[in-house]
Amino acid sequence: MRIKKPAKAGTMESNDIYIMVYPNENGNEIQLDSIVLKQFGKQIEKVIMDTLKELEVENALVVAKDRGALDYTIKARVETAVKRAIE
Amino acid sequence: MINAVKREIPEYIEGYGKVKPFMGAYANYGEVTRTSIKLKSVKPGENKILSSIKEALLKCDIKDGMTVSFHHHLRNGDYVLNMVLEEIAKLGVKDITVAASSIFPCHAPMVEHIKNGVVTKIYTNYMSGPVAEAVSKGLLKYPAIMHTHGGRARAIESGDLHIDIAFIAAPTCDTYGNINGVEGKSACGSLGYAIPDAMYADKVVAVTDNLVDYPACPIEISQEYVDYIVKVDEIGDPKGIVSGTTRITKDPVGLKIAKLAAQLIDESGLLKDGFSFQTGAGGTSLAVAAYVKDIMKRKNIKGSFAAGGITGYIVEMFEEGLFRVLFDVQCFDLKAVESYKNNRAHQGMSASMYGNPHNKGAVVNNLDVMILGATEIDTDFNVNVTTGSNGVIMGGSGGHSDTAAGSKLSIVVTQLTKARLPIIVDSVTTVTTPGETIDAVVTERGIAINPRRTDLLEKLKDSNLPLYSIEELKAMAEKLTGVPEKIEFEDKIVAVVEYRDGSVIDVLRQVR
Repeated sequence: MRIKKPAKAGTMESNDIYIMVYPNENGNEIQLDSIVLKQFGKQIEKVIMDTLKELEVENALVVAKDRGALDYTIKARVETAVKRAIE
Repeated sequence: MINAVKREIPEYIEGYGKVKPFMGAYANYGEVTRTSIKLKSVKPGENKILSSIKEALLKCDIKDGMTVSFHHHLRNGDYVLNMVLEEIAKLGVKDITVAASSIFPCHAPMVEHIKNGVVTKIYTNYMSGPVAEAVSKGLLKYPAIMHTHGGRARAIESGDLHIDIAFIAAPTCDTYGNINGVEGKSACGSLGYAIPDAMYADKVVAVTDNLVDYPACPIEISQEYVDYIVKVDEIGDPKGIVSGTTRITKDPVGLKIAKLAAQLIDESGLLKDGFSFQTGAGGTSLAVAAYVKDIMKRKNIKGSFAAGGITGYIVEMFEEGLFRVLFDVQCFDLKAVESYKNNRAHQGMSASMYGNPHNKGAVVNNLDVMILGATEIDTDFNVNVTTGSNGVIMGGSGGHSDTAAGSKLSIVVTQLTKARLPIIVDSVTTVTTPGETIDAVVTERGIAINPRRTDLLEKLKDSNLPLYSIEELKAMAEKLTGVPEKIEFEDKIVAVVEYRDGSVIDVLRQVR
Protein backbone atom coordinates (compact mmCIF):
# COMPACT_ATOMS: atom_id res chain seq x y z
CA MET A 1 0.00 0.00 0.00
CA ARG A 2 1.29 3.44 -0.84
CA ILE A 3 1.08 6.36 1.55
CA LYS A 4 -0.44 9.18 -0.49
CA LYS A 5 -0.91 11.94 2.05
CA PRO A 6 -0.15 12.73 5.70
CA ALA A 7 -2.67 11.28 8.16
CA LYS A 8 -2.97 10.82 11.87
CA ALA A 9 -4.67 8.70 14.52
CA GLY A 10 -4.73 8.54 18.30
CA THR A 11 -4.47 11.12 21.06
CA MET A 12 -1.95 12.42 23.57
CA GLU A 13 -3.98 10.97 26.46
CA SER A 14 -2.27 8.72 28.98
CA ASN A 15 -2.07 5.11 27.77
CA ASP A 16 -2.66 6.17 24.15
CA ILE A 17 -0.26 6.83 21.27
CA TYR A 18 -0.49 9.63 18.72
CA ILE A 19 0.54 8.40 15.28
CA MET A 20 1.30 10.61 12.28
CA VAL A 21 2.07 8.95 8.94
CA TYR A 22 3.78 10.76 6.06
CA PRO A 23 4.93 9.64 2.60
CA ASN A 24 8.65 8.78 2.74
CA GLU A 25 11.32 8.40 0.05
CA ASN A 26 13.57 5.75 1.58
CA GLY A 27 11.54 2.87 2.99
CA ASN A 28 9.87 2.88 6.41
CA GLU A 29 11.20 5.14 9.12
CA ILE A 30 10.08 5.78 12.71
CA GLN A 31 10.57 8.83 14.91
CA LEU A 32 9.49 7.72 18.35
CA ASP A 33 9.01 9.79 21.46
CA SER A 34 7.77 7.85 24.51
CA ILE A 35 7.44 8.27 28.25
CA VAL A 36 8.66 4.67 28.51
CA LEU A 37 11.35 4.91 25.84
CA LYS A 38 14.03 3.33 28.02
CA GLN A 39 11.87 0.37 29.02
CA PHE A 40 9.75 -0.27 25.91
CA GLY A 41 11.26 1.80 23.05
CA LYS A 42 12.44 -1.23 21.08
CA GLN A 43 9.16 -3.08 21.57
CA ILE A 44 7.09 -0.09 20.41
CA GLU A 45 9.24 0.30 17.29
CA LYS A 46 8.88 -3.40 16.60
CA VAL A 47 5.07 -3.27 16.84
CA ILE A 48 4.96 -0.27 14.50
CA MET A 49 7.30 -1.92 11.97
CA ASP A 50 5.41 -5.23 12.13
CA THR A 51 2.09 -3.45 11.60
CA LEU A 52 3.44 -1.57 8.57
CA LYS A 53 4.74 -4.84 7.18
CA GLU A 54 1.39 -6.56 7.67
CA LEU A 55 -0.30 -3.72 5.80
CA GLU A 56 2.35 -3.97 3.07
CA VAL A 57 3.40 -0.37 3.57
CA GLU A 58 6.92 0.27 2.30
CA ASN A 59 7.36 4.04 2.16
CA ALA A 60 6.10 5.61 5.38
CA LEU A 61 7.54 8.02 7.86
CA VAL A 62 5.81 7.32 11.18
CA VAL A 63 6.06 10.01 13.84
CA ALA A 64 4.83 8.49 17.10
CA LYS A 65 4.25 10.24 20.41
CA ASP A 66 3.62 7.50 22.93
CA ARG A 67 2.00 8.01 26.31
CA GLY A 68 2.33 4.46 27.56
CA ALA A 69 0.08 2.64 25.08
CA LEU A 70 -0.18 -1.15 25.12
CA ASP A 71 0.73 -3.13 21.99
CA TYR A 72 -2.83 -3.56 20.70
CA THR A 73 -3.44 0.19 21.00
CA ILE A 74 -0.26 0.94 19.07
CA LYS A 75 -1.24 -1.55 16.36
CA ALA A 76 -4.76 -0.11 16.03
CA ARG A 77 -3.55 3.48 15.87
CA VAL A 78 -0.94 2.69 13.19
CA GLU A 79 -3.48 0.73 11.15
CA THR A 80 -6.02 3.58 11.28
CA ALA A 81 -3.47 6.24 10.38
CA VAL A 82 -2.26 4.17 7.43
CA LYS A 83 -5.81 3.59 6.18
CA ARG A 84 -6.44 7.33 6.32
CA ALA A 85 -3.16 8.01 4.50
CA ILE A 86 -3.89 5.76 1.52
CA GLU A 87 -7.37 7.07 0.76
CA MET B 1 28.74 -6.29 51.10
CA ILE B 2 25.14 -7.46 50.78
CA ASN B 3 22.60 -5.96 53.19
CA ALA B 4 19.37 -7.47 54.52
CA VAL B 5 17.37 -6.46 51.44
CA LYS B 6 19.97 -8.13 49.18
CA ARG B 7 21.51 -4.91 47.93
CA GLU B 8 25.21 -4.74 47.09
CA ILE B 9 26.53 -1.80 49.13
CA PRO B 10 30.14 -0.60 49.30
CA GLU B 11 31.75 -0.69 52.76
CA TYR B 12 32.97 2.87 52.30
CA ILE B 13 31.45 5.57 50.12
CA GLU B 14 33.57 8.56 49.13
CA GLY B 15 31.97 11.70 50.50
CA TYR B 16 29.69 9.71 52.82
CA GLY B 17 32.03 7.60 54.90
CA LYS B 18 31.87 4.14 56.41
CA VAL B 19 28.63 2.31 55.70
CA LYS B 20 26.48 0.67 58.35
CA PRO B 21 24.55 -1.92 56.32
CA PHE B 22 20.81 -2.34 56.80
CA MET B 23 20.33 -5.41 59.02
CA GLY B 24 16.56 -5.54 59.26
CA ALA B 25 13.80 -3.13 60.23
CA TYR B 26 13.91 -3.94 63.94
CA ALA B 27 17.63 -4.68 64.37
CA ASN B 28 18.73 -1.44 66.00
CA TYR B 29 16.50 -0.71 68.96
CA GLY B 30 17.91 -0.34 72.46
CA GLU B 31 20.21 2.07 74.22
CA VAL B 32 21.14 5.20 72.30
CA THR B 33 22.77 8.51 73.15
CA ARG B 34 21.57 11.97 72.28
CA THR B 35 24.09 14.63 71.40
CA SER B 36 24.77 17.63 73.57
CA ILE B 37 23.86 21.10 72.38
CA LYS B 38 26.04 24.17 72.25
CA LEU B 39 24.23 27.49 72.61
CA LYS B 40 24.82 31.11 73.47
CA SER B 41 22.59 32.16 76.36
CA VAL B 42 20.65 35.40 76.16
CA LYS B 43 20.77 37.93 78.97
CA PRO B 44 18.02 40.45 79.81
CA GLY B 45 17.87 43.39 77.46
CA GLU B 46 19.37 41.68 74.40
CA ASN B 47 17.62 42.17 71.08
CA LYS B 48 17.02 39.20 68.75
CA ILE B 49 15.68 41.11 65.76
CA LEU B 50 18.05 41.59 62.84
CA SER B 51 17.52 43.61 59.67
CA SER B 52 18.30 41.01 57.00
CA ILE B 53 19.18 37.41 56.26
CA LYS B 54 22.68 38.62 55.43
CA GLU B 55 23.05 40.12 58.89
CA ALA B 56 21.80 36.87 60.42
CA LEU B 57 24.34 34.85 58.43
CA LEU B 58 27.15 37.15 59.59
CA LYS B 59 25.96 37.03 63.21
CA CYS B 60 25.96 33.23 62.99
CA ASP B 61 29.54 33.30 61.63
CA ILE B 62 28.63 31.54 58.39
CA LYS B 63 31.69 29.94 56.82
CA ASP B 64 32.79 27.35 54.30
CA GLY B 65 31.68 23.80 55.07
CA MET B 66 28.77 24.65 57.37
CA THR B 67 25.43 22.86 57.48
CA VAL B 68 22.26 24.93 57.16
CA SER B 69 18.83 23.39 57.66
CA PHE B 70 15.30 24.05 56.45
CA HIS B 71 11.86 22.51 56.94
CA HIS B 72 9.24 21.99 54.27
CA HIS B 73 5.89 23.11 55.67
CA LEU B 74 5.71 25.80 53.01
CA ARG B 75 6.12 22.99 50.48
CA ASN B 76 6.23 24.10 46.84
CA GLY B 77 5.57 27.70 47.87
CA ASP B 78 8.69 28.10 50.04
CA TYR B 79 10.86 31.20 49.51
CA VAL B 80 13.11 30.87 52.57
CA LEU B 81 15.57 28.24 51.31
CA ASN B 82 16.20 30.17 48.08
CA MET B 83 16.57 33.50 49.91
CA VAL B 84 19.12 32.09 52.34
CA LEU B 85 21.20 30.28 49.72
CA GLU B 86 21.28 33.38 47.55
CA GLU B 87 22.73 35.42 50.45
CA ILE B 88 25.23 32.68 51.26
CA ALA B 89 26.35 32.64 47.61
CA LYS B 90 26.68 36.45 47.59
CA LEU B 91 28.94 36.26 50.64
CA GLY B 92 31.25 33.97 48.67
CA VAL B 93 30.81 31.05 51.06
CA LYS B 94 31.38 27.56 49.58
CA ASP B 95 30.93 23.88 50.43
CA ILE B 96 27.61 24.31 52.22
CA THR B 97 25.59 21.27 53.28
CA VAL B 98 21.86 21.81 52.88
CA ALA B 99 19.77 19.75 55.31
CA ALA B 100 16.22 20.36 54.08
CA SER B 101 13.47 18.05 55.25
CA SER B 102 12.13 18.12 51.66
CA ILE B 103 13.10 19.80 48.39
CA PHE B 104 10.50 20.79 45.80
CA PRO B 105 10.45 22.17 42.23
CA CYS B 106 10.33 25.73 43.67
CA HIS B 107 13.89 25.18 44.88
CA ALA B 108 15.25 25.11 41.31
CA PRO B 109 17.70 27.99 41.98
CA MET B 110 19.68 25.57 44.17
CA VAL B 111 20.87 23.84 40.97
CA GLU B 112 23.09 26.84 40.15
CA HIS B 113 24.52 26.80 43.68
CA ILE B 114 25.29 23.08 43.21
CA LYS B 115 27.03 23.76 39.90
CA ASN B 116 29.22 26.54 41.29
CA GLY B 117 30.21 24.73 44.49
CA VAL B 118 28.21 26.76 47.01
CA VAL B 119 26.20 23.64 47.86
CA THR B 120 28.17 20.40 47.84
CA LYS B 121 26.09 18.09 50.04
CA ILE B 122 22.38 17.56 50.67
CA TYR B 123 20.42 15.77 53.36
CA THR B 124 16.73 15.38 52.62
CA ASN B 125 13.75 13.06 53.13
CA TYR B 126 12.13 13.77 49.79
CA MET B 127 13.08 15.65 46.66
CA SER B 128 11.42 16.25 43.32
CA GLY B 129 12.01 18.62 40.45
CA PRO B 130 15.20 20.23 39.09
CA VAL B 131 17.34 19.63 42.22
CA ALA B 132 16.44 15.93 42.25
CA GLU B 133 17.27 15.69 38.54
CA ALA B 134 20.59 17.47 39.07
CA VAL B 135 21.50 15.01 41.85
CA SER B 136 20.56 12.04 39.63
CA LYS B 137 22.79 13.42 36.88
CA GLY B 138 25.72 13.49 39.29
CA LEU B 139 26.12 17.27 39.56
CA LEU B 140 26.35 17.35 43.37
CA LYS B 141 29.92 16.99 44.64
CA TYR B 142 29.14 14.46 47.40
CA PRO B 143 26.35 11.86 47.49
CA ALA B 144 23.01 13.19 48.74
CA ILE B 145 21.75 11.45 51.88
CA MET B 146 18.09 10.48 51.85
CA HIS B 147 16.43 10.08 55.25
CA THR B 148 12.96 9.18 56.42
CA HIS B 149 11.00 11.77 58.41
CA GLY B 150 11.63 9.87 61.64
CA GLY B 151 15.18 9.02 60.59
CA ARG B 152 16.02 12.70 60.10
CA ALA B 153 14.87 13.45 63.64
CA ARG B 154 16.98 10.53 64.87
CA ALA B 155 20.03 11.73 62.94
CA ILE B 156 19.70 15.24 64.38
CA GLU B 157 19.14 14.04 67.95
CA SER B 158 22.01 11.54 67.83
CA GLY B 159 24.42 14.04 66.33
CA ASP B 160 24.82 12.11 63.06
CA LEU B 161 23.46 15.23 61.39
CA HIS B 162 24.91 18.31 63.05
CA ILE B 163 23.20 21.57 62.05
CA ASP B 164 25.18 24.79 62.34
CA ILE B 165 22.33 27.14 61.48
CA ALA B 166 18.64 26.22 61.29
CA PHE B 167 16.36 28.57 59.38
CA ILE B 168 12.77 28.33 60.53
CA ALA B 169 10.19 29.63 58.08
CA ALA B 170 7.79 31.16 60.60
CA PRO B 171 4.25 32.15 59.51
CA THR B 172 4.05 34.04 62.81
CA CYS B 173 6.88 34.99 65.16
CA ASP B 174 6.96 37.40 68.07
CA THR B 175 9.80 39.78 68.91
CA TYR B 176 11.44 37.26 71.23
CA GLY B 177 11.25 34.22 68.92
CA ASN B 178 8.02 32.42 69.80
CA ILE B 179 6.72 30.84 66.60
CA ASN B 180 3.46 29.41 65.37
CA GLY B 181 2.16 28.26 61.99
CA VAL B 182 -1.51 29.07 62.39
CA GLU B 183 -1.59 32.87 62.05
CA GLY B 184 -0.41 35.19 59.29
CA LYS B 185 -0.77 35.26 55.52
CA SER B 186 1.56 32.25 55.14
CA ALA B 187 -0.20 30.10 57.73
CA CYS B 188 0.63 26.45 57.11
CA GLY B 189 -0.47 24.79 60.35
CA SER B 190 1.72 22.35 62.28
CA LEU B 191 5.50 22.95 62.22
CA GLY B 192 6.40 19.41 63.32
CA TYR B 193 9.36 18.84 61.03
CA ALA B 194 11.12 22.03 62.21
CA ILE B 195 11.17 21.05 65.88
CA PRO B 196 14.32 18.85 65.94
CA ASP B 197 16.16 21.55 63.96
CA ALA B 198 15.10 24.23 66.45
CA MET B 199 16.11 22.09 69.43
CA TYR B 200 19.49 20.83 68.20
CA ALA B 201 21.01 23.40 65.83
CA ASP B 202 23.85 25.58 67.14
CA LYS B 203 22.06 28.67 65.88
CA VAL B 204 18.39 29.13 65.06
CA VAL B 205 17.10 31.93 62.86
CA ALA B 206 13.38 32.55 62.52
CA VAL B 207 12.43 34.09 59.17
CA THR B 208 8.95 35.56 59.30
CA ASP B 209 6.53 37.70 57.30
CA ASN B 210 4.30 38.23 60.32
CA LEU B 211 6.29 39.72 63.20
CA VAL B 212 3.93 40.25 66.15
CA ASP B 213 4.17 41.78 69.60
CA TYR B 214 5.46 39.58 72.40
CA PRO B 215 4.12 37.08 73.29
CA ALA B 216 2.63 35.17 70.39
CA CYS B 217 -0.15 32.70 71.04
CA PRO B 218 -0.18 29.80 70.48
CA ILE B 219 3.52 28.89 70.72
CA GLU B 220 4.70 25.87 68.72
CA ILE B 221 8.43 26.60 68.79
CA SER B 222 9.47 28.57 71.81
CA GLN B 223 11.79 31.51 72.43
CA GLU B 224 14.22 29.32 74.36
CA TYR B 225 15.45 27.87 71.03
CA VAL B 226 15.58 30.95 68.81
CA ASP B 227 18.72 33.13 68.48
CA TYR B 228 17.66 35.65 65.86
CA ILE B 229 14.57 36.88 64.05
CA VAL B 230 14.49 38.34 60.54
CA LYS B 231 11.42 39.98 59.06
CA VAL B 232 10.96 39.63 55.30
CA ASP B 233 8.11 40.65 52.97
CA GLU B 234 7.05 37.10 52.14
CA ILE B 235 8.25 33.69 53.34
CA GLY B 236 6.27 31.89 50.66
CA ASP B 237 3.61 31.83 48.00
CA PRO B 238 0.32 30.87 49.66
CA LYS B 239 -0.79 29.09 46.46
CA GLY B 240 2.09 26.63 46.78
CA ILE B 241 1.97 26.29 50.55
CA VAL B 242 -1.34 24.52 50.97
CA SER B 243 -3.71 23.28 48.35
CA GLY B 244 -7.25 24.64 48.66
CA THR B 245 -8.67 21.17 49.02
CA THR B 246 -7.32 17.70 48.65
CA ARG B 247 -9.70 15.53 46.70
CA ILE B 248 -10.76 11.95 46.57
CA THR B 249 -10.03 10.31 43.23
CA LYS B 250 -12.86 10.02 40.70
CA ASP B 251 -10.92 7.48 38.65
CA PRO B 252 -12.87 4.20 38.69
CA VAL B 253 -9.66 2.16 38.92
CA GLY B 254 -8.54 4.18 41.96
CA LEU B 255 -11.95 3.73 43.56
CA LYS B 256 -11.87 -0.03 42.95
CA ILE B 257 -8.48 -0.26 44.65
CA ALA B 258 -9.71 1.87 47.55
CA LYS B 259 -12.80 -0.25 48.04
CA LEU B 260 -10.76 -3.46 48.11
CA ALA B 261 -8.32 -1.91 50.59
CA ALA B 262 -11.18 -0.88 52.89
CA GLN B 263 -12.61 -4.43 52.73
CA LEU B 264 -9.20 -5.81 53.61
CA ILE B 265 -8.97 -3.45 56.61
CA ASP B 266 -12.44 -4.54 57.70
CA GLU B 267 -11.62 -8.25 57.43
CA SER B 268 -8.24 -7.82 59.17
CA GLY B 269 -10.07 -7.46 62.47
CA LEU B 270 -8.38 -4.13 63.26
CA LEU B 271 -11.41 -2.01 62.42
CA LYS B 272 -13.03 -1.79 65.84
CA ASP B 273 -13.38 0.76 68.64
CA GLY B 274 -10.00 2.41 69.28
CA PHE B 275 -8.98 2.02 65.62
CA SER B 276 -6.05 4.23 64.49
CA PHE B 277 -5.34 5.14 60.93
CA GLN B 278 -3.06 7.10 58.63
CA THR B 279 -3.17 7.77 54.94
CA GLY B 280 -1.33 10.02 52.52
CA ALA B 281 -2.95 12.86 50.59
CA GLY B 282 -3.06 11.04 47.25
CA GLY B 283 -6.45 10.61 45.60
CA THR B 284 -6.57 6.82 46.00
CA SER B 285 -5.37 6.94 49.62
CA LEU B 286 -8.09 9.46 50.45
CA ALA B 287 -10.65 7.24 48.75
CA VAL B 288 -9.63 4.44 51.15
CA ALA B 289 -10.43 6.83 53.99
CA ALA B 290 -13.85 7.47 52.43
CA TYR B 291 -14.70 3.76 52.30
CA VAL B 292 -13.31 3.20 55.81
CA LYS B 293 -15.49 6.08 56.98
CA ASP B 294 -18.59 4.37 55.55
CA ILE B 295 -17.78 1.13 57.37
CA MET B 296 -17.05 2.96 60.64
CA LYS B 297 -20.37 4.80 60.47
CA ARG B 298 -22.32 1.70 59.50
CA LYS B 299 -20.83 -0.33 62.34
CA ASN B 300 -20.76 2.60 64.77
CA ILE B 301 -17.01 2.31 65.37
CA LYS B 302 -15.21 5.07 67.29
CA GLY B 303 -11.54 5.32 66.40
CA SER B 304 -8.79 6.63 68.68
CA PHE B 305 -6.62 8.72 66.35
CA ALA B 306 -5.64 9.54 62.81
CA ALA B 307 -2.11 10.78 62.19
CA GLY B 308 0.30 12.18 59.69
CA GLY B 309 0.12 14.96 57.27
CA ILE B 310 -3.51 15.81 57.93
CA THR B 311 -5.99 16.54 55.13
CA GLY B 312 -9.44 18.12 55.17
CA TYR B 313 -10.97 14.73 54.61
CA ILE B 314 -9.45 13.32 57.80
CA VAL B 315 -10.61 16.47 59.62
CA GLU B 316 -14.17 15.72 58.47
CA MET B 317 -13.95 12.21 59.91
CA PHE B 318 -12.62 13.70 63.16
CA GLU B 319 -15.41 16.29 63.28
CA GLU B 320 -17.98 13.55 62.77
CA GLY B 321 -16.59 11.84 65.86
CA LEU B 322 -14.94 8.92 64.07
CA PHE B 323 -11.59 9.75 65.67
CA ARG B 324 -11.04 11.21 69.13
CA VAL B 325 -7.66 12.84 68.37
CA LEU B 326 -5.62 13.94 65.36
CA PHE B 327 -1.80 13.91 65.45
CA ASP B 328 -0.47 16.39 62.94
CA VAL B 329 3.11 16.90 61.79
CA GLN B 330 2.12 18.91 58.69
CA CYS B 331 -1.18 20.27 57.37
CA PHE B 332 -1.92 19.50 53.73
CA ASP B 333 -4.79 21.88 53.07
CA LEU B 334 -6.57 24.94 54.42
CA LYS B 335 -9.23 22.95 56.18
CA ALA B 336 -6.55 21.09 58.12
CA VAL B 337 -4.85 24.39 59.04
CA GLU B 338 -8.17 25.77 60.27
CA SER B 339 -8.89 22.68 62.34
CA TYR B 340 -5.37 22.59 63.79
CA LYS B 341 -5.85 26.18 64.88
CA ASN B 342 -9.28 25.68 66.47
CA ASN B 343 -9.56 22.11 67.78
CA ARG B 344 -7.75 21.19 70.97
CA ALA B 345 -7.82 17.52 70.09
CA HIS B 346 -6.13 18.23 66.75
CA GLN B 347 -2.65 18.05 68.25
CA GLY B 348 0.72 18.88 66.78
CA MET B 349 3.59 16.43 66.89
CA SER B 350 7.28 16.81 66.15
CA ALA B 351 9.06 14.73 63.51
CA SER B 352 10.64 12.79 66.38
CA MET B 353 7.36 12.07 68.13
CA TYR B 354 5.94 11.05 64.75
CA GLY B 355 8.48 8.52 63.57
CA ASN B 356 11.89 8.50 65.29
CA PRO B 357 12.83 4.87 66.07
CA HIS B 358 15.33 5.99 68.73
CA ASN B 359 13.10 7.80 71.19
CA LYS B 360 10.88 6.33 73.89
CA GLY B 361 8.17 5.38 71.42
CA ALA B 362 6.95 7.18 68.29
CA VAL B 363 3.31 7.69 67.26
CA VAL B 364 3.78 5.32 64.31
CA ASN B 365 4.23 2.50 66.85
CA ASN B 366 0.58 2.94 67.85
CA LEU B 367 -0.84 2.92 64.33
CA ASP B 368 -3.19 0.12 63.39
CA VAL B 369 -3.47 0.71 59.65
CA MET B 370 -1.27 2.70 57.27
CA ILE B 371 -2.14 3.31 53.62
CA LEU B 372 0.95 3.76 51.43
CA GLY B 373 1.77 4.44 47.80
CA ALA B 374 4.47 2.88 45.62
CA THR B 375 6.32 3.61 42.39
CA GLU B 376 7.45 0.00 42.31
CA ILE B 377 7.09 -2.99 44.60
CA ASP B 378 8.99 -6.21 44.17
CA THR B 379 8.20 -9.83 44.84
CA ASP B 380 9.97 -9.48 48.24
CA PHE B 381 7.49 -6.62 48.98
CA ASN B 382 10.30 -4.04 48.99
CA VAL B 383 8.89 -0.67 47.94
CA ASN B 384 10.45 2.11 45.90
CA VAL B 385 9.09 5.62 46.32
CA THR B 386 12.47 7.30 45.73
CA THR B 387 13.20 6.89 42.02
CA GLY B 388 10.92 6.89 38.99
CA SER B 389 10.90 4.08 36.46
CA ASN B 390 13.59 5.98 34.51
CA GLY B 391 15.91 5.86 37.53
CA VAL B 392 15.72 9.58 38.28
CA ILE B 393 15.00 10.72 41.86
CA MET B 394 11.37 11.86 42.14
CA GLY B 395 10.56 11.51 45.80
CA GLY B 396 11.84 9.74 48.85
CA SER B 397 10.60 7.98 51.93
CA GLY B 398 9.13 10.88 53.84
CA GLY B 399 7.16 8.95 56.46
CA HIS B 400 6.79 5.83 54.27
CA SER B 401 9.35 3.62 56.03
CA ASP B 402 8.50 4.96 59.49
CA THR B 403 4.79 4.21 59.26
CA ALA B 404 5.33 0.89 57.49
CA ALA B 405 7.59 -0.25 60.34
CA GLY B 406 5.33 1.04 63.10
CA SER B 407 1.86 0.06 61.95
CA LYS B 408 0.17 -3.27 62.55
CA LEU B 409 -1.10 -3.42 58.97
CA SER B 410 0.68 -1.48 56.22
CA ILE B 411 -1.13 -1.58 52.90
CA VAL B 412 0.33 -0.43 49.61
CA VAL B 413 -2.39 0.74 47.23
CA THR B 414 -1.41 0.99 43.57
CA GLN B 415 -2.62 0.39 40.07
CA LEU B 416 -1.25 -2.84 38.63
CA THR B 417 0.23 -0.88 35.71
CA LYS B 418 0.88 2.80 35.19
CA ALA B 419 1.36 4.07 31.64
CA ARG B 420 2.45 0.63 30.44
CA LEU B 421 4.84 0.08 33.32
CA PRO B 422 4.16 -2.92 35.53
CA ILE B 423 4.37 -1.71 39.15
CA ILE B 424 5.17 -5.15 40.56
CA VAL B 425 8.67 -6.16 39.50
CA ASP B 426 11.33 -8.76 40.36
CA SER B 427 13.55 -6.22 42.01
CA VAL B 428 12.78 -2.53 42.64
CA THR B 429 15.14 0.11 41.21
CA THR B 430 15.67 1.54 44.71
CA VAL B 431 14.66 0.02 48.03
CA THR B 432 13.05 2.79 50.08
CA THR B 433 11.04 0.63 52.48
CA PRO B 434 11.95 -2.99 53.29
CA GLY B 435 9.45 -5.71 52.39
CA GLU B 436 9.42 -7.12 55.92
CA THR B 437 7.43 -4.03 56.97
CA ILE B 438 4.89 -4.17 54.12
CA ASP B 439 1.92 -6.42 54.84
CA ALA B 440 -0.28 -6.21 51.75
CA VAL B 441 -0.48 -4.83 48.23
CA VAL B 442 -3.89 -3.91 46.87
CA THR B 443 -4.36 -3.44 43.11
CA GLU B 444 -7.48 -3.18 40.95
CA ARG B 445 -7.07 -6.81 39.93
CA GLY B 446 -6.32 -8.38 43.25
CA ILE B 447 -4.59 -8.35 46.62
CA ALA B 448 -1.30 -9.96 47.63
CA ILE B 449 -0.58 -10.58 51.32
CA ASN B 450 3.04 -10.75 52.44
CA PRO B 451 3.67 -14.48 53.12
CA ARG B 452 5.48 -13.45 56.34
CA ARG B 453 2.04 -12.48 57.67
CA THR B 454 0.83 -16.03 58.26
CA ASP B 455 -1.58 -14.70 60.92
CA LEU B 456 -3.26 -12.43 58.39
CA LEU B 457 -3.41 -15.16 55.75
CA GLU B 458 -5.03 -17.46 58.32
CA LYS B 459 -7.58 -14.78 59.15
CA LEU B 460 -8.41 -14.30 55.47
CA LYS B 461 -8.55 -17.97 54.51
CA ASP B 462 -12.34 -17.98 54.04
CA SER B 463 -12.45 -14.46 52.64
CA ASN B 464 -14.11 -13.53 49.37
CA LEU B 465 -11.36 -11.00 48.68
CA PRO B 466 -9.46 -11.60 45.41
CA LEU B 467 -6.26 -12.94 47.00
CA TYR B 468 -3.25 -13.85 44.84
CA SER B 469 0.43 -14.34 45.37
CA ILE B 470 2.52 -11.33 44.46
CA GLU B 471 4.10 -13.39 41.66
CA GLU B 472 0.63 -13.96 40.20
CA LEU B 473 -0.10 -10.23 40.28
CA LYS B 474 3.23 -9.54 38.61
CA ALA B 475 2.45 -12.07 35.85
CA MET B 476 -0.97 -10.46 35.29
CA ALA B 477 0.67 -7.08 34.79
CA GLU B 478 3.39 -8.34 32.50
CA LYS B 479 0.84 -10.13 30.34
CA LEU B 480 -0.66 -6.72 29.58
CA THR B 481 2.49 -4.65 29.29
CA GLY B 482 5.32 -6.98 28.33
CA VAL B 483 8.54 -7.15 30.33
CA PRO B 484 10.31 -3.78 30.54
CA GLU B 485 14.00 -3.53 29.71
CA LYS B 486 16.29 -2.81 32.66
CA ILE B 487 17.40 0.77 33.20
CA GLU B 488 21.17 1.18 33.07
CA PHE B 489 23.18 3.38 35.39
CA GLU B 490 26.71 4.76 35.58
CA ASP B 491 28.94 3.57 38.45
CA LYS B 492 29.02 6.85 40.37
CA ILE B 493 26.96 6.85 43.58
CA VAL B 494 24.83 10.01 43.63
CA ALA B 495 22.74 9.34 46.74
CA VAL B 496 22.71 7.10 49.80
CA VAL B 497 19.35 5.92 51.11
CA GLU B 498 19.43 5.61 54.89
CA TYR B 499 16.84 3.55 56.69
CA ARG B 500 15.25 5.20 59.73
CA ASP B 501 17.90 3.77 62.06
CA GLY B 502 20.74 5.31 60.03
CA SER B 503 21.84 2.09 58.31
CA VAL B 504 22.20 2.08 54.53
CA ILE B 505 19.35 0.29 52.77
CA ASP B 506 20.35 1.23 49.22
CA VAL B 507 22.46 3.53 47.07
CA LEU B 508 21.46 5.43 43.94
CA ARG B 509 23.72 5.68 40.95
CA GLN B 510 24.02 8.32 38.27
CA VAL B 511 21.49 8.02 35.45
CA ARG B 512 22.62 7.55 31.85
